[in-house]
Amino acid sequence: MKKQIIVGLGSCGIAAGASKVYDKINDIIIAENLDVELKQTSCIGMCYKEPLVEIIDNNGRFLYGDISVDKVMDLMDSHIQNHEPIKELVVDSDMFDGSEKAYFDGQVKIALRNCGYIDPECIEEAEEHKAYKALKMIVAKPITCDEVIQTIIDSGLRGRGGGGFPTGLKWRFARNNMSKQKYIICNADEGDPGAFMDRSLLEGDPHAIIEGMIIGAHAICATSGIIYCRAEYPLAIKRLNIALEQARNRGYLGRDILGVKGFNLDIQVKEGAGAFVCGEETALIASVEGKRGMPRKRPPFPAESGLWKSPTNINNVETLANIPYIILNGADAYNKYGTDKSKGTKVFALTGKIKHGGLVEVPMGISIREVIFGLGGGIQDDKKFKAVQLGGPSGGCIPEHLIDIPIDYESVNSTGAIMGSGGMVVMDESTCMVDMARFFLAFTQDESCGKCTFCRIGTKRMLEILTRITEGKGKEGDIEQLEELSEQIQDASLCGLGQTAPNPVLTTLKYFRHEYEAHINDHKCPAKNCKALLTYEIIPDMCTGCTVCAIKCPTNTITGEKKEVHFIEQEGCIQCGECYSRCNFDAIKIY
Amino acid sequence: MRINRIQNQTIELVENNESTEIDLSLMDSLITKLKSKHGNLIPLLQGVQSIYGFIPKEAFTKLNTEVGLELSSMYGVATFYSQFRLNPVGKHIIKVCHGTACHVQDASKITTALMDTLKINDGETTEDNMFTLESVACLGCCSLAPVMMIGDETYGKLTNKSSSKVLKNIKIQESKANKK
Ligand SMILES: Cc1cc2nc3c(=O)[nH]c(=O)nc-3n(C[C@H](O)[C@H](O)[C@H](O)COP(=O)(O)O)c2cc1C
Ligand code: SF4
Ligand code: SF4
Ligand code: SF4
Ligand code: FES
Ligand code: FES
Repeated sequence: MKKQIIVGLGSCGIAAGASKVYDKINDIIIAENLDVELKQTSCIGMCYKEPLVEIIDNNGRFLYGDISVDKVMDLMDSHIQNHEPIKELVVDSDMFDGSEKAYFDGQVKIALRNCGYIDPECIEEAEEHKAYKALKMIVAKPITCDEVIQTIIDSGLRGRGGGGFPTGLKWRFARNNMSKQKYIICNADEGDPGAFMDRSLLEGDPHAIIEGMIIGAHAICATSGIIYCRAEYPLAIKRLNIALEQARNRGYLGRDILGVKGFNLDIQVKEGAGAFVCGEETALIASVEGKRGMPRKRPPFPAESGLWKSPTNINNVETLANIPYIILNGADAYNKYGTDKSKGTKVFALTGKIKHGGLVEVPMGISIREVIFGLGGGIQDDKKFKAVQLGGPSGGCIPEHLIDIPIDYESVNSTGAIMGSGGMVVMDESTCMVDMARFFLAFTQDESCGKCTFCRIGTKRMLEILTRITEGKGKEGDIEQLEELSEQIQDASLCGLGQTAPNPVLTTLKYFRHEYEAHINDHKCPAKNCKALLTYEIIPDMCTGCTVCAIKCPTNTITGEKKEVHFIEQEGCIQCGECYSRCNFDAIKIY
Repeated sequence: MRINRIQNQTIELVENNESTEIDLSLMDSLITKLKSKHGNLIPLLQGVQSIYGFIPKEAFTKLNTEVGLELSSMYGVATFYSQFRLNPVGKHIIKVCHGTACHVQDASKITTALMDTLKINDGETTEDNMFTLESVACLGCCSLAPVMMIGDETYGKLTNKSSSKVLKNIKIQESKANKK
C-alpha cells in the first residue's frame, strides 16, 4: 500500500502554520522522489495540537501533533524513509496509545463523524464515508416525508442553534403548509464569538450539511435552499461552493434528484455582511431579501410566511449535520445517547483559559467537570478554575460550585445560562467577572438592531454603569439599577438578542456579587484586571531600563535613567495601565 | 454603536468624495450578472466593495440609475452591516479579533501593540495607505486566541512581538515587490 500523509488544513490549522507544513512535505516528496500520497483534510477538533499530520502506512494510522515546520524533516526521515514512527509525537494511533488517547475516547462523534477524516474537497472520499447514503436509502425504499419527519421526532433531536426546539416538529409545521414554493435555509451565521463548531463542520464535512438540507427539503417539500454563511469564514464558503458543484454534477441536487420525478432542489450560498442579529430567523430572512437585518414580530412564523412570503424552515448547521446519520442508523442509534429530554450528542467549543482548546462532541448529560477537566485537561498554567461562560453573549456564567451539573437544556437553563450554540469559554482566577459582564454588554449593545427602545437604550445605560464600575467610579445603587434595567430589557425586547442580553450581568451578579461590591465599595478588582483599580510598581530585578514606560506615562510620573532601574512615583499615577501594557519585560507588578 | 457608525460615516463621506477618482466601468459585469436577481442589493454592495475596497458615493448613484435600487435602502443597508465601508482603506486590513475567547486572552494588548507599531489608532489607516487596523467579533479560531486576520490569512496565539513581526514581514514583502 502506498503511504499516505494527510495534513489538517482547516482555518485554525492553517492559522497554526499547517499550510507551510504541507508545502514543506510536498517539497521533500518531490526532492527525494518519494512514493507517497500527500492529501489534505480538515479539523479533527484538536486545536491545541495543531498543526496535525497523519501518516497511514502498512502498519496502521499514526496521528502526529504539534508538527511545526522544523519538525517536518525529522518526521519524514524517521517515519517515511526509515519506517520508524516517532512515538513521542503521536497523539493517536491504532497501533499503540498516543498521548491524547483520552481526548478521543471520551467523545462520541456523530455530527463531527467525518471532520478530520476526509478530504472535504473530494466527494468520492465523502461517499466512501457514507455521504449521500441516507439520501439514496430514502429514494430507494422509498421513505415518505412523514416517515422521515417521524424518525427525526423519535430521535429527539433538538435545534442546535440555541433555541433547542425539536427539529422534527419544526419540519412538521413546515410540511403542513401546502404552499407550492417553500424554502429551507441553513443558518451558518455562527454569531457567538467563542464558538466555531459550525465553521469546523462547514470546512470539514460540507456534504453532511448539504445532504441534511436535501433530506430536509424532501421532508417538507422545499424547492429552494439557501446557506446563509458569515463572510468571516472564507474557507467554509469556498469549500461549500466546491461541494455544491460536485453534488450537482452527481445528481444529488438539481431537477429530478436521483431520478425521482419532481424532486427538485438547488442550494445557494449567501454571504452574510456582519451583524450578529442576523442569526435570528426573521432578521436572517430580511437580510437574504437584501434589507437591513432587523427582526420582526411573530406570528406570522417563518413556517407560514418567511422568505419572499413563502413558508421557510431554518435549521442550524450542526442540526443538519446530524440528520443523515439519524436517517441511516435509525432514531434509536441517536437517542440512546443523552438524557430524558436532551437526546444525542452536542459539540462544544472549548476556549479561553483551558489546556486543551478545541472541539469536543460528547453525549448530552455529561457533567461540565468531565468536559473541562477530563477532555479539556484542566486550566492553563494550573491556575484556579473560576467559571465557564455557556451560550455566549446570550448566556451566562456557571461558577465552580455548579460544575457537576449535567449538560442538558433544562439543567443549564436552571443556572441562568443557556446551552446556546455550545461555546464554552473557560475563565480562571485572573478573569474579572464585572469586566466580562461589561464585555458582553458592549457586544450586545453594539449589535442591537435598534428597533426596541429598551434593547437599544437600556443596554447602553447598563454598559455605562458597568464601565463606570470597572473604572472605579461605581456608586451605591448601581447594582440595583442594573437589576432593574435587566428586568425591563427582558420584558420589553422583541427578539432573543434583547431578551437575553442581560443574562451575563444577571448570572455574574448571582454568583459573583462580591466582585461587584469589591469594585464599588473597596475600589479593588479581586482578579487584578481592571486597570483603574490597581497599584503599579516596577520590579527592580526585572527592569532593563528600556525607558518605554517613562515615555508612555501620560503624567510623567515614572523616573529613571536609560539602562537603569525605573521607579513609579505613586502620587502622580492615574492608574491608566499604559506602563503595564507597554513593558516588554514583565517588569511591572500590579496589586 | 450602529448609530455612531452612521454618524461618523456621513461626515467622512462628504470629505473623500472630491479627492478620489473612480473607474465606474469596473462595476459593469457585476451589474449585468446580478441586475435581475431577487434580493441582489447586498450581493451588489459586496461586489462593489470587493472591487474598490469600499463603496464610493458614485457607485451608489450608478446602482440607483442602472439597477433601480433606492439610494435610501442602499445607504440603510450599507450602514447597518459592519462589513461595509464608505471610505477608502489601506491595502491590508488587519482584523484583530475581540471575541469572547480572544478578550479573555487579552486581545486588547495585541491591538495596543499594533497601534504602536503602525502609529495609528484602532479603525484608522496608515499614512502610506498600507494598513488599516480594525476590531472584529470572532474569526472562528477561538482556541488559538488571540487571533488576527490579514487578507485571507489568519494568525493565532499572538503575542505583542509576534503580531508586530507579521506586519514587518508584510512590509518587507511589499518593498521587495515595489523594487521589482
Ligand atoms: C440574536 C440571535 C442570534 C442567533 N444566532 C444564531 C446563529 O448564529 N446560528 C444559529 O444557528 N442560530 C442562531 N440563532 C437561533 C436561530 O434564530 C434559530 O433558532 C436557529 O437557527 C434555528 O435552527 P435550529 O432549530 O436548528 O437550532 C440566533 C438567535 C438569536 C435571537
Ligand atoms: S430586541 Fe434588540 S435586536 Fe431584537 S429587535 Fe429589538 S432592538 Fe432589535
Ligand atoms: S518598560 Fe519595563 S523594562 Fe522598560 S523601563 Fe519601564 S519597567 Fe523597566
Ligand atoms: S499607570 Fe499610567 S499614570 Fe500610572 S505610572 Fe503607569 S503609565 Fe504612569
Ligand atoms: S484546529 Fe481546526 S477546529 Fe481547531
Ligand atoms: S473569539 Fe477570537 S477567534 Fe473567536
